[in-house]
Amino acid sequence: MPRADWEVVIGLEIHVQLLTQSKIFSGASTRFGADPNTQACAIDLGLPGVLPVVNEEVYKRAVTFGLGVGANINTRSVFDRKNYFYPDLPKGYQITQLSDPIVEGGEVEIPLADATKIIRITRAHLEEDAGKSLHEDFHGQTGIDLNRAGTPLLEIVSEPDMRSSAEAVAYAKYIHQLVTYLKVSDGEMSQGSLRCDANVSIRQFGDNELGTRTETKNVNSFRFLERAIEYEIERQIGVLESGGTVNQQTLLFDPDRGETRPMRSKETSRDYRYFPEPDLLPVEIDQAFIEAIRQNMPELAPQKARRFAEEYQLSDEDARSLSADSHLADYYEKVVGVGKDSKLAANWVRVELLGQLNRKNIDISETPVDAKELGYLIARIKDGSISGKIAKTVFEALWEGEAESAESFIEANGLVQVSDSSELQPLIDSIIQNNPKQVEQFKAGKTKLMDFFVGQVMKETQGKANPKQVNELLNKKLG
Amino acid sequence: MIVDKKVVANIAELAQLEILPENMQEFVDSLTDVLNLVEEMQSVDTNGIEPMSNPLDGVQRLRSDTVTESDQRDYLQEVAPETANGLYLVPKVIE
Amino acid sequence: MHEQSISQMLDALDRKEYSCEELITHHVDRIHQLDEQLNTFITHTAEQAVTRARVLDTARAKGEAPPLAGIPIAHKDIFCTEGVKTSAGSHMLDNFTSPYDATVVEKLQAVGAISLGKTNMDEFAMGSSNENSYYGAVKNPWSETAVPGGSSGGSAAAVAARLCAAATGTDTGGSIRQPASMCGITGLKPTYGRVSRWGMIAYASSLDQAGTLTRSAEDAAILLNVMAGYDPKDSTSLFMDVPDYTQALNKPIDGLRIGVCQEYFGQGLDPDIESGIQLALKMFESAGAVISDVTIPASQHAIPAYYVIAPAEASANLSRYDGVRFGYRCESPADLADLYQRSRNEGFGTEVKQRIMVGSFALSAGYYDAYYRKAQQIRRLIKDDFLAAFKKVDLIIGPTTPTPAFKIGEKSEDQISMYLQDIYTITSNLAGLPAGSFPVGFSQGLPFGVQIIGNYLDEARILNLAHRLQLETDWHKMSPEEFS
Ligand SMILES: [Mg+2]
Ligand SMILES: [Zn+2]
Repeated sequence: MPRADWEVVIGLEIHVQLLTQSKIFSGASTRFGADPNTQACAIDLGLPGVLPVVNEEVYKRAVTFGLGVGANINTRSVFDRKNYFYPDLPKGYQITQLSDPIVEGGEVEIPLADATKIIRITRAHLEEDAGKSLHEDFHGQTGIDLNRAGTPLLEIVSEPDMRSSAEAVAYAKYIHQLVTYLKVSDGEMSQGSLRCDANVSIRQFGDNELGTRTETKNVNSFRFLERAIEYEIERQIGVLESGGTVNQQTLLFDPDRGETRPMRSKETSRDYRYFPEPDLLPVEIDQAFIEAIRQNMPELAPQKARRFAEEYQLSDEDARSLSADSHLADYYEKVVGVGKDSKLAANWVRVELLGQLNRKNIDISETPVDAKELGYLIARIKDGSISGKIAKTVFEALWEGEAESAESFIEANGLVQVSDSSELQPLIDSIIQNNPKQVEQFKAGKTKLMDFFVGQVMKETQGKANPKQVNELLNKKLG
Repeated sequence: MIVDKKVVANIAELAQLEILPENMQEFVDSLTDVLNLVEEMQSVDTNGIEPMSNPLDGVQRLRSDTVTESDQRDYLQEVAPETANGLYLVPKVIE
Repeated sequence: MHEQSISQMLDALDRKEYSCEELITHHVDRIHQLDEQLNTFITHTAEQAVTRARVLDTARAKGEAPPLAGIPIAHKDIFCTEGVKTSAGSHMLDNFTSPYDATVVEKLQAVGAISLGKTNMDEFAMGSSNENSYYGAVKNPWSETAVPGGSSGGSAAAVAARLCAAATGTDTGGSIRQPASMCGITGLKPTYGRVSRWGMIAYASSLDQAGTLTRSAEDAAILLNVMAGYDPKDSTSLFMDVPDYTQALNKPIDGLRIGVCQEYFGQGLDPDIESGIQLALKMFESAGAVISDVTIPASQHAIPAYYVIAPAEASANLSRYDGVRFGYRCESPADLADLYQRSRNEGFGTEVKQRIMVGSFALSAGYYDAYYRKAQQIRRLIKDDFLAAFKKVDLIIGPTTPTPAFKIGEKSEDQISMYLQDIYTITSNLAGLPAGSFPVGFSQGLPFGVQIIGNYLDEARILNLAHRLQLETDWHKMSPEEFS
């Protein structure tokens, strides 16, 4: 049976690290990259007698997300214990939310190649992260770093609404964009701030029942997510077509080999014996808490794209591209604010700035060119005091850190465009005088030679002449 | 509910408790006895009764998001059975 | 001086009859002489205690002594004490020195109380006889062959033997009140959440509550004043003001409505205990209290509910003992499973393992609803019964235990009969109500107590009635001859 006959069903569980200073249940820091176990306090270590206390910020972020996807915010949510043994899980249980999560329902509209699609959110619940097992050899043993233990996570569970790896990736990217937009998370995937578990099953088109699903855990890049799902689809088709059955199991994606394989550790005890966490009381939040957050909700990417298209007269593509990342969008708006030309600004940000950022692989937050400076350049292009070419030179200097500011650099290097006709007139006269042959040919109808004359003026002025002005003056003289 | 060695072995696996063969029967008997003791609960009509997890039905106070703990690794690892380079050591974990 | 109450000691210290150092040294000496036979302490902190006493003497000379400066106390070994071994009576924690103090420990230290050491207990507070301790059984000061009760048996016996003025304890199903009754002292379990659980090693989190073992209700009030209160480190602690418990001690009790819990006078109750309770009731009546009957019908299901809920919570609470970050680790584990399974088998005692098994079973797939959820529903029925009763009465009275202290070894082979020891105490844990046990007589030469249960946060009223009892009787002043 060809692949096209199989319907793919995908649901994602995305773990998002919430943006907080301290852990979900302790006052230890969540800063990334500290030495092993230097950010694991008595509570994180599960020492005898310690107790958890819930971080308020975690609730604010979770509610923000819930409002961002139009979900129900449960005014009463309850923490539960999920019991299993693993060395990176200090207490032998994870504190999570099972039957009364903070967020339930909601949906997102994701952009696809030629359309958009609604993906429903089942729920989003709060939980603590586990530590890390370091498998490098420590005299034949495994080392445990519990710095991550107790890091606040929001687990966002989707309905099985996706039908291809491309849709799954588009959804994951959308969630990534959303949580960074909302400042719910820093979204740093390389630091584990967003990890996907992919539930994948296949069935024949027309079947009502879902096939048996596998869960591929902890995929931490969009590319791996796509490859893991593709591999899993092919594998399951292979199994079914050779007359086998798909086992419900937990898998890990091995990026080196490009394949999924069963995860051994947590397989033995799937019976998690959940029960309400007796060390924590139910959390009740009131409407005022929710309203205060609603009042401060930032504009989301789709709204922003719509606004950019209208307010700044941008193409849909420009609008979407510039609003995809909230930092980039903020940057763009600052450039427009100073430069006063939204289309020019869109061009410069997309072509010059993003081009450089991508080449150097750095984030917009680390750009060496300040939005005010780029705005200044655009203002100068617009009023004709510099040419686009000069502007590129100035941008280059700003990028390389060779210019204090655009203004001072332009001034110091005498880059201001010459549009003063009293300065240009003698120059044009002498060029006409020195090129009688070309003048003759021009007058005989070879109008293309206009470019030649303009080029000469530019050469003489080292590009500083205002091309528009030069054209006018030449036309007057020759025409 | 009939408690046999298989039941006990399964639960022991969940609880990560080694049960030596010579102690097996004792665990079977004890679990049987306790389950018999608590069996009479089944006769109580609890329809519509909200389970009570906390005696005072209280609600949680939230703490502010501030870092209050500093690095105490060396001190906290004084009680650890085995560490190296600041890590807790366990027998090799195979993923 | 060891026969004195806390307020008498404070008076004597004020009047310079003796110094803190003399008071502490006197008790330290008694522990050295007498404790070998009783086994009430797991860890002695005599040296630190004497050093601290000297510091407090200096402070007192300058008029800067905190309110309980120099009072000799002891902590149940379930409370974490910084720099001092904290074992919870278990082999698992035999090598554990706590890196931090429990809130209760910190608070008592801040007011100048001096800890003489850590008292023996049933392993992880699981037991009613103190026979489940890795450190051996504790003997009842009233009879070498009798148990002191449990799990706070070491604390109760130490106070009864006058080795310290008072001790902390914890009560999950009766673990303060039952040993207090059996050792002839005053034991108070406050309302759930009244005292912080931070640093108190968990047995069953929704039932565990710290309290006091003292000679008198007055001493209990003095200590509770210090221990009670909201703790931001314990989410389940109550965010409420704390009254001055000593203020209410002498209030008249006329008009006080006392309920006699019918379910507490069934078969199996020792007749001497029954008549002791009746005598106390008569006394209260003649002092103006109004006695009536109340019933808590759901209390008949309390033992089943408790022996599901407590083991279930315990099974999770005790998962952290895995040989990785602290505590016992088995010799040369072959692999991870071996590390876990052998460390836990070798580190835990039999009763603890059996409760972990019961609790894991009750939470396991397919059984949760029939066991755990059912037990939590029954728990609410019990609470509702109490709330209905407290509409009619102010306090509820009954026995603390069905019998006086039994013989060491007598019940240790019969788990279920041991469990039935807690029949009268468990209900107030399930409901979270405050309750105390106060000496009210002797049966077969062994002391027993009357249990007074109060409404939520009504500790003051319990202590008021108990104080009245102790003004009119001398049961609480009696001490075992050998230890007088
Ligand atoms: Mg999941
Ligand atoms: Zn999760």
